[in-house]
Amino acid sequence: MQGRVSFRFLALALLAVAMAAAGAKAQDLKSFEQRITTKVLPNGLTLIICERPEAPVFSYTTFVDAGDVNDPTGESGLAHMFEHLAFKGTSEIGTTDYAAEKVALAKVEAANDAYEAEYLKAVGRDPRKLAELKKAFVEAQAEAHKYVIPNQFTDVAERNGAEGMNAETGLDETIYFWSMPENRLELWAWLESSRLVDTVPREFYKERDVVIEERRMRTDSNPEGRLFEQFLATAYVAHNYGRSGIGWPSEVGQINATEALEFHKKYYVGSNIVVAVVGDVKASEALPVLERYFSLVPGGPKPEEMTTVEPRQFAEKTVAIREATQPIYLEGYHRPDYRDPDDAVYDAISDILSNGRVSRMYRSLVRDQQIAAEAAGVSPYPGNKYPGLFVFYAVPLPGHTPMEMRDAIHKEIDKLKTADVTDNELAMYKTRTRADLLRGLANNQGLANDLAEYQTRYGDWRQLFLQLDRVDKVTKADIRRVASKVFVDSNRTEAWIETAQQSAAAPKDGGAQ
Amino acid sequence: MKKLEKIVLAGLMSIALGGCRQAMQQAPVPVAAPVTPAPPAPVAEVSAKPWEKIPIPKLHDFKPQQPKRIELKNGIVLFLEEDHELPFVSGSVLIPGGSRDEDPAKTGLVELYGDAWRTSGTANMDGDALDDLLEAKAAHIETAGDVDSTSLSWDSLKGDSDQVFSLALDLLLHPKFSAEKLQLAQQQAATNIVRRNDDENEIAGREATKLVYGANSPYTRQPELATIGAVTVDDLKAWHDRTLGGKLIVSVGGDFDPVAMEAKLRAAFEGLPPVTPAPARHDVFAGPKPGLSFIDKEDVNQSNVEIVGLGTDRRNPDVPAIAVMNEILGGGFASRLIQKVRTELGLAYAVGGGMSFAYDHPATFRVVVLTKSATTVDATKAALAEIDGLNSRPFTQVELDRAKDNILNSFLFRYDTREKVLAERVKLEFYGYPPDYLETYKAALEKVTLADLDRVAKQYIHPGKLAVLVVGNGPEIKPGLEELKLGPPQPIDITIPMPGKPGATEQK
Repeated sequence: MQGRVSFRFLALALLAVAMAAAGAKAQDLKSFEQRITTKVLPNGLTLIICERPEAPVFSYTTFVDAGDVNDPTGESGLAHMFEHLAFKGTSEIGTTDYAAEKVALAKVEAANDAYEAEYLKAVGRDPRKLAELKKAFVEAQAEAHKYVIPNQFTDVAERNGAEGMNAETGLDETIYFWSMPENRLELWAWLESSRLVDTVPREFYKERDVVIEERRMRTDSNPEGRLFEQFLATAYVAHNYGRSGIGWPSEVGQINATEALEFHKKYYVGSNIVVAVVGDVKASEALPVLERYFSLVPGGPKPEEMTTVEPRQFAEKTVAIREATQPIYLEGYHRPDYRDPDDAVYDAISDILSNGRVSRMYRSLVRDQQIAAEAAGVSPYPGNKYPGLFVFYAVPLPGHTPMEMRDAIHKEIDKLKTADVTDNELAMYKTRTRADLLRGLANNQGLANDLAEYQTRYGDWRQLFLQLDRVDKVTKADIRRVASKVFVDSNRTEAWIETAQQSAAAPKDGGAQ
Repeated sequence: MKKLEKIVLAGLMSIALGGCRQAMQQAPVPVAAPVTPAPPAPVAEVSAKPWEKIPIPKLHDFKPQQPKRIELKNGIVLFLEEDHELPFVSGSVLIPGGSRDEDPAKTGLVELYGDAWRTSGTANMDGDALDDLLEAKAAHIETAGDVDSTSLSWDSLKGDSDQVFSLALDLLLHPKFSAEKLQLAQQQAATNIVRRNDDENEIAGREATKLVYGANSPYTRQPELATIGAVTVDDLKAWHDRTLGGKLIVSVGGDFDPVAMEAKLRAAFEGLPPVTPAPARHDVFAGPKPGLSFIDKEDVNQSNVEIVGLGTDRRNPDVPAIAVMNEILGGGFASRLIQKVRTELGLAYAVGGGMSFAYDHPATFRVVVLTKSATTVDATKAALAEIDGLNSRPFTQVELDRAKDNILNSFLFRYDTREKVLAERVKLEFYGYPPDYLETYKAALEKVTLADLDRVAKQYIHPGKLAVLVVGNGPEIKPGLEELKLGPPQPIDITIPMPGKPGATEQK
């Protein structure tokens, strides 16, 4: 489930409050500095509280600086699997008798290990023994299940008014979020801190099946899902951005609870977590409560950064899928990460090429040439923490081919290199970026996400506002320079679907049990 | 640092958990009879659990600010909702009449109209010039078509709001439909048509609704290349002229002076002729033919199972009880469907559903499960058993309390922003519901009893009248669908008709 909420222009509440607050417009950095309190706890965890008392509700985001890019080799999908586990309760919630359950869970793990060992034997696997081990594994799970109160964690949250409860695992990060009535703040702090600290591998193997169903839905059974997975796997040779985020079937199908808990131990430490709360909350009252609960998160060093850097691409690459679905074309160029001084230049290019009916790609491919239903160039994909891709794509009108899309996209790219964008285009980018930032400020959940993300990525939530300085500094020459540097043939990976009467191969479940 | 999640195709960039609600936002179903043990529900808590010891203070007082309603002499209704938090002003005009009212031979007309109205622009300024002007101000004016209405909306920074309102009004009163922009809209629509069989989710949702209402119902008939090709500029003009005489609802929200805004809206709308009431509709809703249907799709490894029937409308006094029943069947993580099919059996990531409500016609009853090909039969049986269980497995007090808590404790998220309050009032006005509908609805929810649940389950849940649709990879579905004992699976032909080539087929 995609969780990012995007109400468009929002608003608030109480007549009386509104009257009182009428003078204080919530629009600039200064007003936010007055309403935001941050505190780094001794364990390294950062709390951000933003007071926005428009209605008696609050939203929160827990931002963990670890995603599927951090999955160990052979364990793709692990971060996401752990995220699912974080909804399964703790030693206090979701169990009738944790002491007994703990023993039973250890037996589940041992049974799984025994089964896996036999299953993975390259030589001499004994089918009868395998069947016995499988049976033992299933029985161990049934035994552990006796102590489970299913979904009690989510049940308590929902009964207390949790709205929009969800989580997302990206390649770069994992976020958890929901909204609640303000009088449940302490209850929320208990729930959230408990699951960050005291995760229990409850119903792990059943949840793994759920995750594999999620993969079937998002990737295997969806033409675009299949295309994007192959595209990334081709564009990257070294960095984990090229690896399936939800996990290769053979790997996600064999992740075990021990691995998930090791991941938790390494990455769910205070220094790797930011928690932002936005809404009808008074920092003076809330901070001590939040401190009390979130201080329970273990300290420990910030996990070491990844050493792998994607090597420079020097050969153009292509992926062609021929199957019985409609055509689509995309191509990607490697670009630097978000800390690059040109980060805003990439945003400018994307805006000018893709934002709305004035954008170059719409006007060229859709309106004038009438070859595409949709066309855009966006970045970064699939993540921003590490060097990602600038991706162009186009959806052909009936009767038009991926190759026509490619040629038309290349013409637009050439224009960026050979001529400056207009003053109007550049001004439009800056105006729209500023307005979009403002529009986002009236949404508790969106704001909580943004504050937590900017605090994590820049070490300071103020960058949410200060980024406008970088936006203002973008020049026409910057755009030409960056386009000429990045959009070159040898830095490109192309991928497309072309329609064939029959699919070459229908996807099957890979090696999972 | 632009956010990925906001851009690009589909949900490819991040995987999320959560899940179950994604399949549907609707409400679920109820049950009645006594017999089997209750769901594996939390046993009565004897000693207080840690979370029960946490104090829950009284909620801060809160009374949502209602918009000011003004009914003009000609029948047009205005709503004004001030909101000075941010320097923006937004507004919309809601116009009765939508795709259910279009000529079946021109199905798709309203979609094309919603697109070409804005892109064509006005006699004073064509759509492209309008784009340039608005985007330079980070402002928007958009038009859209829906099943029962069309709309024009705008939003801008406060400083530009007078100009943007004038432009929006000009578009409302003096549109100039262009053949070129209609053609562009037709191309886009054609692209959607030829792609509509690529995604199995889309196929399942569409075909399941057709099973409920009938393929030719005004609520489900689908645009074809021939029907969108039959739409002309004159059709768009005629549609516009006809619907503009209906009861318009104009709503404005944001950072404006209420006196000046009211004067401006009056000046703009008071001069229009008296509104023509919409003619009453006489739709027939028979519900689906029970049985099993199947659509084979070779390039998937997961089946989409839809179990569907006829729902109800919001005027039905049983809606509060049905809503509680829905919550128990498929509402939250603790609901019977999720508890069983996802959590206990691990057969699905997406599972959920219930009986949904529309404001002026019966919506659908719909339960959806997505499961791997090999477990299609198991998952379908499990979901059917939960539906059946609404009439055989007694509702418990624990379930009732939980469902009420779930609904009532999050109820204020229906009006926690002024934008939501305004949108709700517009909706109630449009369908002719009282302005305090949410309050009375909430009060009724609070009063729902176990006896109510039993009664509505008996009255509305008829497993024998439901249709089951499976979209999936035929050869992979083992055991086969005959195991469901719902009769032989009836194939549904989803071939896309290609005009000029009778019998010719696009890919499935």
